[in-house]
Parts: sequence; C-alpha cells; structure tokens
Amino acid sequence: MVSFIGRSIIQKTVTLFFVSVVSFMIIHLAPGKPSQVDPLNPKFTPEMVERFRQQFHLDKPLYEQYLLFYRDLFTGKTVSWKDNQSVLKKIWERFLNSLPLFLVGTLLTWTLSFPVGIRAAIHRGGLYDRSTTFFSYLLISIPGFFFAYILIIFVVTRFHVPVIGMETFGITSGSLAHQVMDRIWHLLIPSVLGATGGIAVLSRYVRSQMLEVEGQDYVRTARAKGLPPDQVHYKHALRNALLPFVTMFGLILPGLIGGSVIIESIFSWPGMGRMAYEAILARDYPVILTVNFVSAVLVLAGTFVSDLLYMVVDPRIRL
Amino acid sequence: MVAQPQENRQTGEALPPRKTRLEDFWEIFRQNRLAIAGLVIFVIFLFTALAGLFLTSGKDPVFNPSLVRLQEKLRPPLSTPKRDTLEPHEIPTRGIYLFGTDNLGRDVFSRMLQGAWVSLTVGFVAVGIAVLVGIVMGGMAGYFGQNAINLGHVLVLCLLVGGPGFMAGGALYTGAFLTALGLACLLYRFLSGKWPLLLGLCVMTVDTLIMRLVDIMLCFPSFFLILTVVALLPASMYNIMVVIGLTSWMGTARFVRAEFLSLREQDFVTAARALGVHNLRIIFRHMLPNAIAPVLVSATIGIATAILTEAGLSFLGFGVPPPHATWGNILSDGKNFIFDAPWLTFIPGFAILIVVLCFNLFGEGLRDALNPKLRERT
Repeated sequence: MVSFIGRSIIQKTVTLFFVSVVSFMIIHLAPGKPSQVDPLNPKFTPEMVERFRQQFHLDKPLYEQYLLFYRDLFTGKTVSWKDNQSVLKKIWERFLNSLPLFLVGTLLTWTLSFPVGIRAAIHRGGLYDRSTTFFSYLLISIPGFFFAYILIIFVVTRFHVPVIGMETFGITSGSLAHQVMDRIWHLLIPSVLGATGGIAVLSRYVRSQMLEVEGQDYVRTARAKGLPPDQVHYKHALRNALLPFVTMFGLILPGLIGGSVIIESIFSWPGMGRMAYEAILARDYPVILTVNFVSAVLVLAGTFVSDLLYMVVDPRIRL
Repeated sequence: MVAQPQENRQTGEALPPRKTRLEDFWEIFRQNRLAIAGLVIFVIFLFTALAGLFLTSGKDPVFNPSLVRLQEKLRPPLSTPKRDTLEPHEIPTRGIYLFGTDNLGRDVFSRMLQGAWVSLTVGFVAVGIAVLVGIVMGGMAGYFGQNAINLGHVLVLCLLVGGPGFMAGGALYTGAFLTALGLACLLYRFLSGKWPLLLGLCVMTVDTLIMRLVDIMLCFPSFFLILTVVALLPASMYNIMVVIGLTSWMGTARFVRAEFLSLREQDFVTAARALGVHNLRIIFRHMLPNAIAPVLVSATIGIATAILTEAGLSFLGFGVPPPHATWGNILSDGKNFIFDAPWLTFIPGFAILIVVLCFNLFGEGLRDALNPKLRERT
C-alpha cells in the first residue's frame, strides 16, 4: 500500500512535469505573439511593446521563460497580463462561482441516474427500458448549446426563470431569504443542463453494470433459494454492481474545469470555464497555463483517489 | 469461420455451408431496430452531404449558399420569394425558400447542404487521424512493448534533434558537431550491433514510453485544449480536423494495446512466427483484423463526438471560418434572432442532433453485434 502510494506519487509528478512542458510549448510555439494582440491600438507604440516584453520576460529564451513562469506559479506571484491581478486569486474567485453549478449538477447526476439505470436493468427489454435507452441517446447526442436554447425558449416564456448571470442585478436590497432564493432560481437551468449529459451516460453505465451482475451465478442462487426479488436486486446484485462507481468519484474532479465553457458563456455565468475562454481570446498566457496546470493536477489527483478507493472497496485488487 | 460445406459425421451427408462471419453479424445487428434506423439515416446523410458538395460548389452552383439578398432577409421556411424585387439570378432554385432565409437573406437550405459536407468531412477525417495514430501507437506498445529503450537511443535522439536545432538557432559549428556525433553513434551501433558500455543501460520499455504519453495526453482537458490550439492557430477547417484527431487517439491506442497483448500470446501468432512470417505481416494480416472490432465501435461514436465538437467550436466562434457555412455557425448566427426567426436555430440544431444520434445508435448496435458474449447468448 505504502509502496503503491509512493510509486504513484513519483509517477504522477513526472507526468505533471511533462504536461507542464507540453502545454508551455503548445502556447509559446503557436504562431502569433501576445505583444501583437492589439496592433491597431495607437497607445501600443514599439516602446510599449518592448516594455511589455521585458516586463513579462518575453525577450528571454524559452527555457528561461519556462523556469520563470513555474517559479512564479509555485510562489503564487503569477499575474495576469491583462489586468495585473494575481492569477491564483482570479481563479479562486471564479472557482467559487463555478462550485455551486458543479455541485448541483453532480448531485442531480448521481441521484437521478442510479434509479433510472437500475429500473431499466431490472425490467430489461420492457417499454421503460427501451424508452430510457432512446432518451439517453437523445440526450447524449443533442448539442449542449442547442438544448440550452430550447430550454431558454420554453422556460423563459412559460415560467419566467432567469437565464442570465448568477443573481438579479442590484438584488442587494432584498431580505436574505429573497437573495438565497434568487441565487437558486438562477442556478436552476444551467445546472440542469450540465447534468443532462451526465445523467444519460451514467444511467446507461449503471444499467450495463446491473445487467452484468444480474447474470452472475450467485444472483441466480439467491433467486433459486426463494429470496424476494427486492432483496435479490438490491442486496445481492446492486451492492456488487456499485463497485466500479466508487472509482468514478475520483474521476468527477476534473469536471470542475472542463466542459463548462459553453454553458457558462450562454448563461453569462462568471465561472472558470468562461474565464479560460476569455483568457484564450485575449492570449493571456499565464491564465491559460495556470488553468491547464490546475486541471492536470485535478486529473492526476482524481485517478489517484480512484485507485485508492478501488483498493479499499475491493480487497481482490492488489496494486 | 469460413463458408465450407461440412460433413455430418454420423450420416455422411453434406450439410449446407455454415454462416460467414458477416452473415452472423448481420443476423444480430438486424434485430436491433434503433441501430438499423441509425444506419439508414447515416446512408441518407452520406448522400445528402455528397449531393451538397456537388450542388453548392463550383462557379454557378445549383443552390448558391453565399448569395446575399438583403431585401429578403429572415423569410420563414417554405415562403416564396417576392419576384418583383429580385434579379433573375437571385431567385432561389425551384422558386421557394425551403428552409427560409437568414439575416442576410441567404438561402438556409443551400447553406445546410454545404454544411452537411463539412460535418461529414470533419467527423471522418478527425476520426481517421485519431484511429491511425491510435492503431500505430497501440500496436507498437502491444507488439514491441517489451523492447527496451536504451540510454543510447535517448542520447542519439537528443543529438540528432538538438544538433539541427542549434544550427537553425545560429550556433553552426556546435550544431554540426552534435549532429555528426549523433550520426557517428548511430553508425557504430549498426556496425558493431550493440551499444558501447554505459549506453546499453535500459531506461524504459517502449510500452512504458507510449503509455506514459497516453497518460500525459489524458491530463489535458480535451475541449479546453482543442479550443486553445484552434484559437492560436490560423482559422481553417483542416486545422480543426487535425487538432480534434490528435487529441482523441488515446482510447483507440489503449484498446489496440490491450487486444494486441492478449493476441500475441495466442497460438496462431506463435505459429506464424515459427513459420518465419515477417513482423509487419503478422501485425497487419494476423493480429489487426482480430483487434479491429472495438476500434470500429469507438470510431463510430468518435465521429459523433467530433461533429459535436466542431459544432461547439463554431458556436464559440472558432470553427470553420465564415464564408463557408457549417451547421454550427448557422446555429450560432441564428441565435441572435431566436425569437424572430426560430428556424435559424432549430433547423441546424435538429440536423446535428439527428446525425449525431444516428452515429451513436449505429455505434452501439455495432458494439452489441460484435460482442462475442452477447452472440453466444442468443
């Protein structure tokens, strides 16, 4: 166990190092320079460009830039090129905005997909199974932004649910309860949208896991000795079918960053994804690289956690 | 399973030929009605895209997707043009706006036709690249995985990459010296057949190298990476295909590696090797056909994902550049008129939905039909 933890930490550190090198190279070797982002601006004289380049070490050789950037990152001194704010502080603020979206979305996904998948597996081939199968394919295939607009048309015109931003503009005067409800009201549609794809995929996965376990000998034995069906399904089958999902808890960590770009930009939600998108548009390299680095750390931490969890819940696994 | 007449042991009569693998597959596939629907829609889509390519390109296309008629903007679907305000060549083909017009008065039907071809090529080329890279990487890791990479390999590679690099950077003599040193090492290796002294030290195996590369690639959030690269590179359709392809080969590589690892231990591969069959022939003739089923399935679903990714990129404004219509950018232009001209959102949206759905259903059907476990059960 200890040796596994040590080994995987070393391995993941090496991977992280290469990820940092590769992402740095992708950004800096791509055509175009950040100092040329606004060539038509009359304030951007050659002297300004030169000062800009000096300020952000762009005149140094690439490996030196790399070392300087990651030194700054680890000492927390990286600043955005656009507004000179600390990158880590910016990311933290946006992260707090994204967090409720992520939490509600994940909660919806995990609470809804299990009942749906289990029921489909138990009544395999029935009307319910076939219709949920079709609906989950429909939800997997629908482009997120298109679905967002369908929802906007229906929900806005029928129920007057707000679809812009995190809270009503200038809400500060109302009571606390009013403000909280306003927040939740704004959270509703983006988080439902974020959850739909997850529900579709996860419920399919639950179904196939359940089906696999239901075909095992011990389930047949349980059924043959006359146990009530509920006990067979939920005690013998479900518990074993749950095993792979324990590991998926680790893998939802990276979802904190990726995948929310489109939803956040449709609903003007000031979250991580939109910040990354704006940084890409503005060629704000420190922000792009930091977001990339943080998400790589999350992916690696996620796989590590899922390996550990697997070892804890399944004693047969020896890593 | 080859179609051969078999002899019945007991009676000596010849039995009818057994089913071939393809018939066997078709038998199972046919029962899956959703998958059949997916296949049918896919064929229709294929012909539409091909027809779209021919009907909308050239000097005087049958359906002109870029003809601007400002006096005819935002006409609803199935409306007829006001003939008195239009020049003769501006009147749409068949005298009707089948899918309406957009905010510049361009015929949405022609634009959809043009966009179909874009979606199709983006999907197929991106997945083609991904599958190719995946098979090469996975195949190498699975077949040559145990081969060691020595210190010498690393050194020669560094010298041969660094040398010309120095030369390009200006340090001509240093660069030339390093390159020559690298070539000398290589020459020595081939003449003597082994590495000198310390250079023979094993650093890692081929398998480790490739699988760590896969791990590194998996660390990038894929949509964010694609967005970054596409935003930094000049806008073009080919960049998008290549970028999507190069960021989605990891799954295929893992499948192929796993299949190869189990296949190379099997008797028919040992037999082929004992007969002196060349490595490449073993890989391509004996092992790859047996490993291709999961790759096919993931490729079909990969096409669906690639089409969705392209639409998402177009939606964010990084897709195929403007004069060319794609379903993604018709939709993203149309969203500004969502309450006045809902067809600009709904027509491309449903088109993407249906095509992606058909690929997904077809892929899942393929998975079920190719799955040997399910085959035995039925």
